[in-house]
Amino acid sequence: MTTKKIINVINIKNLQKSYKIGNSLLHVLKGIDLDIKEGELVAIMGSSGSGKSTLLNILGMLDLADKGKYLLDDVLIEGLTETTAANYRNQFLGFVFQSFNLINYKNALENVALPLYYQGFGRKIRQAKALEYLEKVGLKDWATHLPSELSGGQKQRVAIARAMASQPKVLLADEPTGALDSKTSNEVMSLIQQINNEGKTILVVTHELDIAHMCKRIVTLKDGVIVEDQNVDQVIVGNHV
Amino acid sequence: MLKIKTLTKLLLGIMFSRDRWQEIFETIRKNRLRTFLSGITVALGIFIFIVLFGFGNGLKNSFKQFFLDDATNTLWVNPGKTSKPYRGFKANRRIELENSDLEDIKDNFKFFLEGITPRISRSARVRYKGESDNYSTRAVAPDHQYMEKTLIMKGRFINQDDLDKKTKNIVIGRLVAKDLFKKEDPIGKYLEIGSSAFKVVGFFQDQSGDREERLIYMPYTTQQLIEKNNDKINSIIVSFRPELGYTSALVFEKQLLLFLKKKKSIDPRDNNGIRIRNVADQIRQNQQFASVLQIIVAFVGIGTLIAGIIGISNIMVFVVKERTKELGVRKALGATPKSVIGMVLQESIFITALFGITGMIGGIALLSNIGDRLEEFFIIDPYIDNFTALGAMVLLILFGAIAGYIPAKRAARIKPIVALRDE
Repeated sequence: MTTKKIINVINIKNLQKSYKIGNSLLHVLKGIDLDIKEGELVAIMGSSGSGKSTLLNILGMLDLADKGKYLLDDVLIEGLTETTAANYRNQFLGFVFQSFNLINYKNALENVALPLYYQGFGRKIRQAKALEYLEKVGLKDWATHLPSELSGGQKQRVAIARAMASQPKVLLADEPTGALDSKTSNEVMSLIQQINNEGKTILVVTHELDIAHMCKRIVTLKDGVIVEDQNVDQVIVGNHV
Repeated sequence: MLKIKTLTKLLLGIMFSRDRWQEIFETIRKNRLRTFLSGITVALGIFIFIVLFGFGNGLKNSFKQFFLDDATNTLWVNPGKTSKPYRGFKANRRIELENSDLEDIKDNFKFFLEGITPRISRSARVRYKGESDNYSTRAVAPDHQYMEKTLIMKGRFINQDDLDKKTKNIVIGRLVAKDLFKKEDPIGKYLEIGSSAFKVVGFFQDQSGDREERLIYMPYTTQQLIEKNNDKINSIIVSFRPELGYTSALVFEKQLLLFLKKKKSIDPRDNNGIRIRNVADQIRQNQQFASVLQIIVAFVGIGTLIAGIIGISNIMVFVVKERTKELGVRKALGATPKSVIGMVLQESIFITALFGITGMIGGIALLSNIGDRLEEFFIIDPYIDNFTALGAMVLLILFGAIAGYIPAKRAARIKPIVALRDE
């Protein structure tokens, strides 16, 4: 699948991870090989316990692999200090979580501006950029609202705007529609497709088949190994935003 | 050299980073209850410490004031009644001092002695023109002025010439002059005391209050002359050379007591025939008492401070726990461990300092408003010196920082994955 010419945004080889549970060792990832090229929209499928979230955490440098090689944008991710990991996360990755994880005492604009703060941008630039991304997700008018004043779908859109604001190489979404009803799920997926169409590489972890089919490629995990990896005909969701 | 430079730059960067402060103010503004709770603990801790410590100083002040009006290097010799029979004398004999005692003390204790005066206290009807009232009189020698710290406002005190010639010269207290002479200048005027006329040669003030300023001083020889030319004395006050120090003063006191007991034929073991009051010793005892009090007060104050510090660290642990998820999110978004520690620490130091200063100002304001309002509880002009106040403050902030640092460090170690795990 790989050609020498095209740089893989993500390149992992024989990735292994196990957790200690009491005295026994739980092998969660048993050797994963995966390449993701720029501009892909990949769904990582699997039932709970298949290892999909662990994979995403390792990809997001939130967790470390026991064994194997992980290249992110041609940078070997290995033995990083906390500080370097934080800087890489800030530079390369954007996160979207199932439970949104917005900071509840900051309004939408401030939430979106936060990664820019850690990138060292000045206040004016932060605010202008954050507003730009809020507009992109259709929530410009909600900029001054606190998360508690937003609906689930709106919160997730703010979270997506926040993930996008730092202009990451890869967007990692962990069950982004897990806490949403089907209508808002479609809205969010439509937004994700739109962002992907603009060229962003996106990984979506999900256990819902219909959500997976809104992506361009489905990687299926089972018991810590990839059992299926196929390109699919993308179901385009109508533009609701 | 370079390291110091970078460190300074880093510190300055933190101190003056507008974004950092904005971030902190925002956090504080949006977590008012939390901020208020931790702040109140600090403010209260400092406030109580300052007030207690100030009260301790107020106590010391009032002890000092007890002795303000007397010279501290004096011994007061007071005769009493014997309680033991001795050398043919029965018990319960009244001891009297007389002029020869003065001469004998002068002759035998030249090495120790600085001054000596007898004192004969009487009370008499005093008249001037239409005004009259009862006043206490004291018949003394010139040295008395120094021992009672009598301040002459105008004229002079009793002098040796008055003693030798048994003159009818008197020195009156400020309030005697005010009562009898109104706005008249009393110097040179004649007062009628009992049935004789006395010439006012001076008037004085005394720091220990109204009672002392209603006194009239006269030569003791004159008093004795009026009282049928006797040579009796109520009491004797001697002052010793201050450079001798406390231990020599005790020796002097002991020898003087022995000497007088022998002269008056009092059993050396009889504690009642003659008593000597040592002002230096009393002050020493009182100051020791005050110091012990202050130590107790300081102990209580430090206890309060420690309680405050424990309160802060408790709250900081709670704060970090409460913010685990938020800090996890921040880390996922690219917050470095250093920035997480910095944020938690700077916030805790800022809150501690702000409320600490508030509590300190409150405490100092209370102390300075008390003044002499608590005089009946022996607290006069309570205060706290800047050094102690600042020290307590620095200590509190330092411990606030330490209290904040441990949970902050833990917060920085939080793995984002753990913090973000959906429950």
